[in-house]
Amino acid sequence: MSEPTVRVQKIKKNTVKTRLIIFGTLALLLLIGSIFSEHLTPYDPYVQDLSNAKAAPSAAHLFGTDRYGRDMLSRVIVGSRASIYSTLLLVAIITVIGTVIGVFCGWHGKWIDTVLMRISDMFLAFPGLVFALAVAGVLGGGLQNAIIALAAISWPKYARIARSQTLSQKETPYLKAAKLSGSGTWKIIFKHILPNIMGPILVTSMLDIGTMMMELAGLSFLGLGAKPPIAEWGSMMSDTRSLITTVPWVTFAPGLAIFVSVMIFNLLGDTIRDYADPRSRGR
Amino acid sequence: MQQPILKVENLTKVFTRKGQPDFAAVDHISFDLMPGECLGLIGESGSGKTTAVNMITRLLDPTEGKIFLDGDDITGISGRELRKVYAKMQMVFQTPTDSFDPRCTLGDGIGESLRNNGWGRSSTNMEVARLLEQCGLSADFASRYPYQVSGGQCQRAAIARALAIKPKLLICDEATSALDVTIQKEIIALLNNLRWNHGGKLTILFICHDIALVQQFCDRVLVMYKGKIVEQGRPDDVIRNPQNDYTKRLIESIL
Repeated sequence: MSEPTVRVQKIKKNTVKTRLIIFGTLALLLLIGSIFSEHLTPYDPYVQDLSNAKAAPSAAHLFGTDRYGRDMLSRVIVGSRASIYSTLLLVAIITVIGTVIGVFCGWHGKWIDTVLMRISDMFLAFPGLVFALAVAGVLGGGLQNAIIALAAISWPKYARIARSQTLSQKETPYLKAAKLSGSGTWKIIFKHILPNIMGPILVTSMLDIGTMMMELAGLSFLGLGAKPPIAEWGSMMSDTRSLITTVPWVTFAPGLAIFVSVMIFNLLGDTIRDYADPRSRGR
Repeated sequence: MQQPILKVENLTKVFTRKGQPDFAAVDHISFDLMPGECLGLIGESGSGKTTAVNMITRLLDPTEGKIFLDGDDITGISGRELRKVYAKMQMVFQTPTDSFDPRCTLGDGIGESLRNNGWGRSSTNMEVARLLEQCGLSADFASRYPYQVSGGQCQRAAIARALAIKPKLLICDEATSALDVTIQKEIIALLNNLRWNHGGKLTILFICHDIALVQQFCDRVLVMYKGKIVEQGRPDDVIRNPQNDYTKRLIESIL
């Protein structure tokens, strides 16, 4: 009777691995593509050609052209750099800040833990994007300020995960053994705590890439992120939204790019979560 | 008159919780431990054995009382001074597999105290191999991960880790409880062997709930009940002629 179960698990594990390879490759292609985006464009994304404005998608212009006659495909490709790299930078910032605060709170405890956690509660209780709008509004527009605004509202999630993980690590016998071995605080944190808590944190940040890309695009759409003429997917959609009834491709092209890349990063995050699950890890 | 390795005076731990009466997990216990002695500490679960040991190893702060290790008061120290103290005092934990970091090899764990005390990489590796062999494992166990070895093997590695820094006092907190009886016997034999081959200097505080094991292994036994030491003496005397009601019940329950 046990044979079927064994087979089911084997098949499932293989699909997780296959999915990891597929989505990992796609994400990697996206990253490499955005590094070399300037060399991949068929036309100069900033050159205007008013005689060929609002052209429908054709063999020459796959996504058509916008109201200044700029090639949409080239703009979407170039926009990938601003969109993807600012997202990765944002996720890296909140992961690091959140983890540092969380580990510190969990390790130190006492009043400092209470103070920092109540602050993070305040951030969590407030509608995130509204707060980011306020921050970006105060700081002014620009991609950099949009990243700062989103980082300011997104770190508490990571701090909470890191804190609870640190607290549970603190109670383990091996941490007591490390203390008895005469290891100092820093050695214990870097050698024993961080490697053991990084799994769930990394999975969360992978899953957050998609969300953060959307929120950055959202801020840009509202005019608080990237400023024209910089090609960024969110601001491109915002620029062209008045044309959606007449020349819909100028809005759909960056929208499609956001949709595809968010989907790839979300699926990659899901797959990494499945893969990191200790039950699916081979021994 | 020899100086005791470990001297515990009026050690007390009171846990306070809102809305509940204070709970004294350990209630004014005092005892001495002489060099070379093996002292058993028995009692039912919840009697405060582990709390007492956690205070002695300074993993938990006592509410009251003093702890002297080798004549030095270690009750209030912390940081670097405390880490120096750990070179004299080591512990073997109840759960062997959990007492090693799942992301480090057994060799890493065993050599950690050596490296923290300034040993180089190659001399540490050689010492780890020697310790493993001393504890009945082959040297290649150093490169294995905790989940790749059995509980008994892991406990041997844990003993090797505890002995790495050549402590004067070895505390075994239910070191055999998680193992099955045959492995238990092997571990006891190993501890006995180490005790006599350690130049007769290894002092052991053996926490256990199995009175038969204490009888065959320890020179002296303390019986703890509800945070207090209710009886002490030579294991044979305590077992044949128990004075305290709880001790009587404990012994009856086994017979």
